[in-house]
Formats: sequence, structure tokens, C-alpha cells
Amino acid sequence: MSETSPAPASPAQQPPPGPSPARKVVAGVLLVAPFAVYLAVPTYAKDGPHVAGFPFFYWWQLLWVVLTAVCIGGAHLLTRKRGAAK
Amino acid sequence: MKDVNGVELTIFIVFFAAVTVVGFAAARWRRGQTIMHLDEWGLGGRSFGTFITWFLLGGDLYSAYTFIAVPSAVFAGGAMGFWSVPYGAIAYPIVFLIGPRLWSVAQRHGYVTAADFVRGRYGSRSLGLAIALTGILAMMPYIALQLVGIQAVLTVMGVSGSGWAKDLPLFIAFALLAAYTYTSGLRAPALISFVKDALIYIVIIVAIVYIPTKLGGWDGIFDKSAAALAKPNPATGKPAGSLFTSDMTHWAYGTLALGSSLALFIYPHSVTGALAAGRRDVIRRNAALLPAYSLLLGLLALLGYMALAHPGVVAAVKHAGNPQLAVPELFDQVFPDWFAGVAFAAIGVGALVPAAIMSIAASNLFTRNVYTSFIRPDATPEEETRVSQLVSLLVKLGALVFVLGFDKSLAINLQLLGGIWVVQTFPAIGIGLYTRWLDRWGLLAGWAAGMAYGTYTAYDQASPTQSHFGSPLADIPFVGHTGYIALTAFVLNMVVAVVVTLVVRALKVPAGRDETSAGDYTADAGDRLAAPEDPAGELTGQSA
Repeated sequence: MSETSPAPASPAQQPPPGPSPARKVVAGVLLVAPFAVYLAVPTYAKDGPHVAGFPFFYWWQLLWVVLTAVCIGGAHLLTRKRGAAK
Repeated sequence: MKDVNGVELTIFIVFFAAVTVVGFAAARWRRGQTIMHLDEWGLGGRSFGTFITWFLLGGDLYSAYTFIAVPSAVFAGGAMGFWSVPYGAIAYPIVFLIGPRLWSVAQRHGYVTAADFVRGRYGSRSLGLAIALTGILAMMPYIALQLVGIQAVLTVMGVSGSGWAKDLPLFIAFALLAAYTYTSGLRAPALISFVKDALIYIVIIVAIVYIPTKLGGWDGIFDKSAAALAKPNPATGKPAGSLFTSDMTHWAYGTLALGSSLALFIYPHSVTGALAAGRRDVIRRNAALLPAYSLLLGLLALLGYMALAHPGVVAAVKHAGNPQLAVPELFDQVFPDWFAGVAFAAIGVGALVPAAIMSIAASNLFTRNVYTSFIRPDATPEEETRVSQLVSLLVKLGALVFVLGFDKSLAINLQLLGGIWVVQTFPAIGIGLYTRWLDRWGLLAGWAAGMAYGTYTAYDQASPTQSHFGSPLADIPFVGHTGYIALTAFVLNMVVAVVVTLVVRALKVPAGRDETSAGDYTADAGDRLAAPEDPAGELTGQSA
């Protein structure tokens, strides 16, 4: 908040209000979830159930790549500055 | 070894020539007022949007490492090679957390490198120097890995000889790369990455759909791979690997993923790609969009199993004694010649783009944090750019030495060695973006401890093929498991940093001046201090 520099000559002079604490907490959980999933290696180091010929170990990790992207996208939308949605 | 495949080589050369033309033409693409400014040559004008940045960072982060090293690790060791998938996923929450803040503060103060930020944040040129030298050092094996990728493709196409003639095609490819990087700067890899990624996506989709039909479906591929991995290795008498991690390897798997994910975004080439973005939101969005490439990486890793399930490929790789050839051999044997040529071009170009960005990143570090910081503080932007251009040539030469002099039996170890080093800069960069609690002397001491421990431990690891730098894994003290050295060294680094910080605080040593303010970390385009952002305005040679 300590803007010591001269005010920039852009129209966005008033910093828009930041995201609410609740939104930040949810975003934080979304960002931590992939770590919890992937670092629990023994929970997914197994053969079944198979999906489309893929052992669990493989489809589960590939699925979570997509879900990680969804989590980050969610965190992005939750903490986006209002007015910056272009 | 075998005859040159004319069709493959012709297609490969055509693509290479086309990319070279694009590389030189890139100097005119989105041209600024002058190329002789690091913001232009080294950061492409700091103006890229979400779309270009996605291609640029994708082309940057997913390199020969992805196409050659990861599948060959899966081919050689099974599930243990698959750790790069969790790595490719959990790196992005970290990118989301630190990327936008780094972009904002760099935009605000005109920083070109992460070491610029560290110097400004902690008021310490020496800490900046330590970060810069670490970055340059870590780039060398990573660029070398790109060369290994090109070499693998050339070998499979039958381009081989003895002595100098053997490495000549590699030299030619690298000389061309050096030339257009010199003239066009970051615009060259940015523009070429469109070609590269289009090629890669086509090749991988075709491979994933087509090859399983030739090998009895995914069930058949996994079954045959499991059988092949279970066979005892004649050298060690133990199985090469298995389809799943075991109690012995869970820790290694997790620590490799976590340690590498800490490194991903503070690698100099990632920072260079990110700072070339034009708006803060570009980085935030890309953190969510870039995992698309990690999905691709996962599918590419599975090519290792396809190679393992194909008897002809296994025989050829065994004959050559080089697991790096797994994927190129697979393409060579399964695809018609013309498409194999396209696939090889994809791998070759896919290695050039990151090599270009890495050499730009390393030379920016040298220029900003060694040359301007210590030798010529009043260097003009033109002079800085000239130095960067020259250094980019030297860096490539250094990487050539690396690739000709080091054991390449498992190229992934080259990248993991770079990771051990670069992770040691995370406290200063990643944590420094959020808090300045850690003291500059604490950070420097922690960095030194982490570097010393990491380098020595890596040096001390023997493998069946080499007596030093044989493995990125070592026993984790007090834990009793084997894990990635980078992470162990990082923990040591943090402990030392905290302890020394407390001591330095108690002794009331001055903390240095922080030239950044809280608002800098959330600033967006247009908030830059000297505001040369306006494309119509004049580029001032301000050095922050």
C-alpha cells in the first residue's frame, strides 16, 4: 500500500479493492490440492482400476494435470482484480 | 552404422532451412524503435500477449528434455521416469504464486533478470552476482541437453561419421542458431516456437493414435513393457524397473517432482520468457494454460513404453547402447519415412527454440549482473546489448564443450544437475517476492551451503556407467530414504539462511536498502516508473 512513487499517468489510479479473505482461502486450497494429490505417491502407485487400457498410476496422474489446470484457473478467477477482466 | 535415410533427411533439412529464415526475419517482427536495447533484443519488447507467451513459454519449458530425455527415462526405468508428469503439474501453482509478482516488480523497475530483482530487493550486488552465476551455470547442462536431442535425431537418420565429421552437422545447426539469435534476439525463438509447437502437437497426436494400433493397443503396450522391465539387467542382476513406484522409490519420485517444480520458474530462461509478457494477467492466465503442455509431456513419456513394446526398437537401442535413441528409433521404424522426417524436424526445432532462449537468458544475466554491475556501471543500453549478443555466442560454445565432454548415457541427469543448482536461488527469488524477512547475508550463506552440499553430493554419486555425477538421487540425511539432491540441499539452504538471519539481526548488521515497495508487486502495465511503456514514447536507457 505504500506507493512512494509519483502516481502513474494511467487511468487505473485507484487500486481496485483486493479479493475478499474468503476468496483468498479458497484459492489457496485450490493451489495446494495438486501438491497433496501428487506427493501422496503410495496412494496411486497401483495397477487398477484400468481405464482404456491405462493402469491407475498413469491415468490418475494424467487426469490430475487437467485438474491442476482447472484449480489454477479457479484461483485466477477468484483473485482477479475487479476491472482487470479484459 | 547404417545408411542415410534420404527422405527423412531431406524433410528435416527443409524444415530446418525454413526455421532459419523465420529466425532471421523475426528481427522485423513487431519491431521496436531499436533492437539495440536489452528490453528489445533480450525481452522482445516486453509486449507479448497471452497467446504468444503461451507458445513462447511452452516452446521454452518443453524442450529436448520432453521429447528425448523423459521418454528415454521411462524406456530405461519404467514408472520412475514418469515423475516429470507430477513435476509438470505442481510447478504451475508455484508459477501462479510467484510469476505475476516477479513480472510486476520487473516491469516497475525495468529489471531484465531475476538477479536484477534480487540486487534491487536486498541492496546487494554480491547476492545478485551469486544468483546470476548460478543461473548461467545451470543453463550450460540444460543447453547441452538440447544438443543431445539433436544428436539423437541425426544418429537415427544415419548422419554419422567419425571424428570431426560426426559432429559437423551439429556444429552447423548450432552456428545457424547462434547467428539468428545474435541478430534477432528473443523475437527469433518466439516466432519459431509457433512452427515448433504446431509440429510437435501434430506429431504427438498422430503418435498417440496411430502407434498403439500397431502394437496391440494400450493394454498390450503396458503388458509388454511390464515384462520387459521385469527382466533382470545383466550388469546389476536386478530388474530395470517396473510399471509402478515401490516402497523404495516413492520418496525419490515425490522429491524429484517437488524439487524440479521449485526450479521450473526460476530458471533464467523461464524468467526471460515471462518478463517478455506485456501484461500481468498474461502470466496468471498462462499458469492455468501451460499445463496443456504437461499433458503432452505425459503422453510423450508413454512413447517410452511404446518403444519398449516394439522389439525392433529395443534391438536397435541395445545395439547403439544409447537409450536416448528410443523415441527417434520408434518414429523411424513405425512411421513412413516422410512423416518420420516431420517428427525429427519437430524434435530438432524443439531443441533449438529453448537453446536460443537459454543462451539469451544466460547472456542477459552476464551483462546485467556481472558486466554492468561490476565492470561498467555506466554502460549504455547499446553497449549492454552488444555484450549480450557476444556472450550469447560464448554460452553456446560452452554448452558444446559440455556435450562433447560429458557422459550422455542418461541425458535427463544433465537437466537434474542444473536443477540442483538453480533451486538454491529459490529463497532469494521466490521467497524474496513475498517477504524480505530473510537477510541478504543469510541468503548468501544458505545459497553457499546449498550449492556446496548439492554439487559435492551429486559429484559423489556413481552409476554403472560413470564414477561421478551418476545420479541426481542420494540418501536424505535423517530420513532414511533416497531422494532428489536438489530438495535436500534446498532444505539445508533454508535452515542456514534462517539461522544466519537471526544471528545477523542480533548483531544489528545493516540490512541494505530495498528499492522496491509493496505496491510494485501487484503493479500492471502502464505503472512503470519511468513509463517508457508507451510504444510511441522514446526508449530511455534507464537502469534501475
